[in-house]
Amino acid sequence: MSAATHRRRWRVPLSVTAAAAIVVLIILAAALAPWVSPYNPLDIGSFDLMNAELPPAFMVDGDWRFLLGTDNQGRDLFSTMLYGVRISIVIGGGAVLLASSVGVVLGLLAGYFGGWVDMLVMRVGDVILSLPTILLALLISGIARASFPNAGTAQWAPVILVGAIAIHEWVQYARTVRAATMVEARKDYVRATRVIGLPGLRIMARHILPNVLSPVIVIATINLAGAVLTEATLSFLGVGMPPTYPSLGTLIRIGNDFVFSGIWWIVAFPAVLLVILVLSVNVVGDWLRDYFNPMRRGRS
Amino acid sequence: MSGAPAVLVISGLTVAYGHPDDPPVEAVTGVDLTIAPGEIHALVGESGAGKTTVGNALMGLLGASGRITAGEIHIGGRPVDTRTGRTEGITPGRDVGAIFQDPMTSLNPLFTVESQLGEAMRHHLGLSRAEARIRSLELLRAVGIPEPERRLSAYPHQLSGGQRQRVVIATALSCNPQLIVADEPTTALDVSVQAQILRLIRALADERRVGVLLVTHNMGVVAETADRVSIMLRGRVVETGPVDRVLGRPEHPYARALIGAVPRIDVKSERLATPSEENPAASDARNAVRGRMRADPASASGELAVEHLCIDYGGASWLPGRKARVFRAVDDVSFSVRPGEIFGLVGESGCGKTSVANAIAGLLAPTAGRITLSGKPIAGRRRAGRALQMVFQDPYSALNPRLRVRTALAEPIVFYRLATSRAAAAEDAAILLEAVGLDRTAGARFPHAFSGGQRQRIAIARALAPRPSFLVCDEPTSSLDVSVQAQILNLLKDLRDLTGLSMLFISHDLAVIRQMCDRIAVMQAGRIVELADTETLFATPQHAYTRELLSLVPTLDRIARRAAEQGAPSNG
Repeated sequence: MSAATHRRRWRVPLSVTAAAAIVVLIILAAALAPWVSPYNPLDIGSFDLMNAELPPAFMVDGDWRFLLGTDNQGRDLFSTMLYGVRISIVIGGGAVLLASSVGVVLGLLAGYFGGWVDMLVMRVGDVILSLPTILLALLISGIARASFPNAGTAQWAPVILVGAIAIHEWVQYARTVRAATMVEARKDYVRATRVIGLPGLRIMARHILPNVLSPVIVIATINLAGAVLTEATLSFLGVGMPPTYPSLGTLIRIGNDFVFSGIWWIVAFPAVLLVILVLSVNVVGDWLRDYFNPMRRGRS
Repeated sequence: MSGAPAVLVISGLTVAYGHPDDPPVEAVTGVDLTIAPGEIHALVGESGAGKTTVGNALMGLLGASGRITAGEIHIGGRPVDTRTGRTEGITPGRDVGAIFQDPMTSLNPLFTVESQLGEAMRHHLGLSRAEARIRSLELLRAVGIPEPERRLSAYPHQLSGGQRQRVVIATALSCNPQLIVADEPTTALDVSVQAQILRLIRALADERRVGVLLVTHNMGVVAETADRVSIMLRGRVVETGPVDRVLGRPEHPYARALIGAVPRIDVKSERLATPSEENPAASDARNAVRGRMRADPASASGELAVEHLCIDYGGASWLPGRKARVFRAVDDVSFSVRPGEIFGLVGESGCGKTSVANAIAGLLAPTAGRITLSGKPIAGRRRAGRALQMVFQDPYSALNPRLRVRTALAEPIVFYRLATSRAAAAEDAAILLEAVGLDRTAGARFPHAFSGGQRQRIAIARALAPRPSFLVCDEPTSSLDVSVQAQILNLLKDLRDLTGLSMLFISHDLAVIRQMCDRIAVMQAGRIVELADTETLFATPQHAYTRELLSLVPTLDRIARRAAEQGAPSNG
């Protein structure tokens, strides 16, 4: 019944292994985009409008220089997608990181202190959750663009996007961590630290936090997929990344204008990549949720 | 004994747990057991001895990973198919009744008493709803529930713990079983309720000629109730026989040690007998701990005074216009603990003793009253700081599962700058571990690597780490086995003698209190009803409640008394 034999019996299903491999592959490709991709789509001098809208290489009019064809500006689609998925992952990951840090801290405070701190955090969270994610994100991006002229540029758009996505997602972390903290805070080991006289912040950071973190990891994984999708949606709606620094969502928006002209590849390949990425992350996340669920332990 | 066939015969029972891939672990090895009609056979042993597994094997409740690998079970003369756990013509629930440990969870909270009681009878005996109702009423009367007509339509949460356990017993009896398996039936109950339930089980065996397999860890329960007893050690029965003989003159060394470790209520002994000896390296470490604690001016013996302490629960509601429902858990409690004294606080569950402990430890703000430690007020926001530490009841939740033992022990030492460097703090932690009877290398491990008793030792070491002058022990041994309990009690006593710590010792177990404490306060419904020296209290209890408590505790005394009456030489 020891933990070691238990872990051995918990075989990882093939689908999860495959999904994890795909996630790792996509992240690697995105991270190494400047070295892996044949062209640099961010360098305007490297592409030619003459090559615009070329079909993928395997089609009749295809050109082997452009494996998956080119977009309306003559950029190599494969390279652009690699850079695009890089931007998507950075923004999605950034949003998850921001949301989880804010949510964990607020959840710990609310759960540990209770009283008016708890009331304040949870009611603000309830108000935020009563607004749809996209609506709130649109609102934030809109306000940011109206207030700061630079907000739409390639430098600031990711920051605005991360904020706009995270403002909705932190509530989920805060709720989970608050509930777990309330359970842990009643346990004797936390009471013992209080009797010893350690200050509240130290008890929270050192004793409670490590014990409430496993659900956070699960939510973060599943949220990553959601955040990438939200970013894609925002970019598709035109309030995300500018066309010069396209994310997957921006590429899908560009491609959407050409679908009915028979130029399907600009929308299809980024969309398929997005689906594969989100699906794989979700499969891994679901498995993690089961793995950390104590109810599932003991069944083999 | 009568010539009736035995209701239960177990021969050579061996049960193994484990996944088919792994080598099986034998939880029970070659157990033989016979129960005649009307006989109560107690199965005792410490946790992990396999006593519950025997009960589960009988009921076909072994679970997916447990298998009967050898042996036979005959219930009422008919064999149990050891592969499926089924017997031809024997149905669990009809012929074998079960009483489980926790009456709070063994009834379904969504159904009334009537539907739960009637369910088995309608299913197994084919009774109609009306017939089942009549029988349910009879059963509730038989188990002594007041106003049975009204209780039939009650839900479990409307009954007290003792009433629920009576309903569970009624359910077990509903189909006239020949055999009842009672797994720790009174462990979750207060002594007064426990005494009633045990009398009820005894009466059932005598009047209905039901055989009872009583699984328990409490020797007092065995002495008061059972006819025969089997003592189990690591899956084997090491000694079996009539209760008077086994408990009075045990033969097997383990049986002797186990019975010797039971704290007695009639005599005070300096040290409890323990089955295993203390680690010899401990004495050096203890001297080191003593040196450090004596050298610390802040850790002179603490003198605690509690004056007119009141604690209310419920408090004011933040919604305006709603009337607050206040429950007074502690009502005008005053006592003082002298330097170097172990002061006992005893009472049944819900009497407010833990609330008192929490208020003293600063975990709970008192509604009124004053608590001072060595003259300084410590109630509410003003904590006692490192001068007062606490040992908790449940050693499994008292240690942070993600922190190495070493780190957990060094934390308060570093926090209060009691050591000059981190290395010195780690050395202090190692010495503390040795002082509580563990190996100094234990510090490198995580809490899950330790047993309950070892964890409680670690918890005690952690409480000593800030070099306190006062220790609050809230039921420190009530979740431990008898032999481990004896070790922990000895340890606490030794530490008091060594360092001159004062202690507030809270327990529901009068025998433990008697062995540990210099003075005792008895609490009932939030008030102290009697406060006296230990010897005075046990010799001449003044208050009616104290006398009642003392008379209800199941003890080994019955055996001792009987041996004395018979004038039998009881030199073991």
